Amino acid sequence: MTDRPAMAAAPTGPDMAEDAIVRFMRGVRLQHDRVRDQWVIQAPERAFVPDPIATAILRLVDGQRSVGAIVDLLAARFDAPRATIAHDVLAMVADLAARQVLTR
Amino acid sequence: MSTPAPLPPMSLLAELTHRCPLQCPYCSNPLALDGREAELATADWIGILDQAAEMGVLQVHFSGGEPMARPDLPELVRHAVARGLYTNLITSGVLLNAATFRPLAEAGLDHVQLSFQDVDAGPAEQVGGMKGAQEKKLEAARIVVADGMPLTLNFVIHRDNVERIPRMLELARALGARRVEIAHTQYYGWGLVNRAALMPSRAQLDEATQAVEDARARLGSSMTIDYVTPDYYADRPKPCMGGWGQRFVNISPAGRVLPCHAAETLTGVPFPDIRTATLAEIWQNAPLFRQFRGTDWMPEPCRGCEFREQDWGGCRCQALALLGDAGATDPVCTRSPHHDRITAILDSLPADPPPFIYRRFGNAPGGER
Repeated sequence: MTDRPAMAAAPTGPDMAEDAIVRFMRGVRLQHDRVRDQWVIQAPERAFVPDPIATAILRLVDGQRSVGAIVDLLAARFDAPRATIAHDVLAMVADLAARQVLTR
Repeated sequence: MSTPAPLPPMSLLAELTHRCPLQCPYCSNPLALDGREAELATADWIGILDQAAEMGVLQVHFSGGEPMARPDLPELVRHAVARGLYTNLITSGVLLNAATFRPLAEAGLDHVQLSFQDVDAGPAEQVGGMKGAQEKKLEAARIVVADGMPLTLNFVIHRDNVERIPRMLELARALGARRVEIAHTQYYGWGLVNRAALMPSRAQLDEATQAVEDARARLGSSMTIDYVTPDYYADRPKPCMGGWGQRFVNISPAGRVLPCHAAETLTGVPFPDIRTATLAEIWQNAPLFRQFRGTDWMPEPCRGCEFREQDWGGCRCQALALLGDAGATDPVCTRSPHHDRITAILDSLPADPPPFIYRRFGNAPGGER
């Protein structure tokens, strides 16, 4: 059992499109760690701290929103072009899928 | 001198019982096994789970012995889930069937780690000492995967099964495991007693490592493979438990609170009892937890070593077992003045291994507690 403080390099994940609806894999969840005041990904045999971008995305994953809808919400919140945010979100979602955190 | 309060533990290993239908000669349980009459009651464990969640523990690993031998396991899982703890069941699987799994799934169990002794029934049951165990384990894996719950298969590696690692990985893939652990025996307790019967050669270790690397390249991210090596062949010691009393806490069936599951080999320091103090008090103040926490306790060459906060001096129990001094540098480290002890052990491994000393109540050399 290990608990890793941060994400390491991951293999390239499957292609993600904006119309994909993503959800957490069974046995994986985002949880607020009250004692350490941080968000953690709880997964089989490990708990790790996602970076701020991953955290912002994962807090919007509810199993119903499409990736595009998550992009829209983040574009409304952050002062950046939608295309830039879409690029980052698609890359991060693919990465999280490759890490067995998210699935379609 | 004041020391800052330690960060809370991340993980709790809850060893509910030492009872187990299997008798594996590399069992991580202590040689002196707790009997059923010594086991904590359900209410004790409920209180422990409450305290663990309150302190900031994130994951609880229900283990043993065979934790499914405790009829209150579903109740404990349900309670842990309600407290926001991530719940992991570490099981041999021989008591897992559709009827016993259902209450665990309904309680919200997050993950199952299922141990296999080998890929074929013959050698697997030779190690486990239980006829018919392999088919029960295969059925347990199918039940967990059919439910959709994530499954990890754990294979403990030793000199007689190294060559079958490629087939172990293939079995894990075929069963639908999300993770697999290829974990070489760790030489403490029963594993230390049986070291001459279990330790692979350097060539076998290289073969094992190659098999894991080949499978990782072939399988990509579809199945995670965790690989644990026997540290006798390493140049640097492992950061045991992520540092003594830093991330991990273990509670034995009888309620002793320990920094690792092998810590009961230590002498000269009392083992804290969860029935007489709180988990937080023990974690922060018990001499057992304080004595090797951080770097102040370190002798040279650890004290001046650039890796001292990476490997934390290695394993205290190994230093004790091999050198008679729990406060020495782990002799696995090539910088240890006693590293020749490791070399001598590896050079004297027998060509023909001795028979196993099976893990059973009353079967340990030197007798029971």
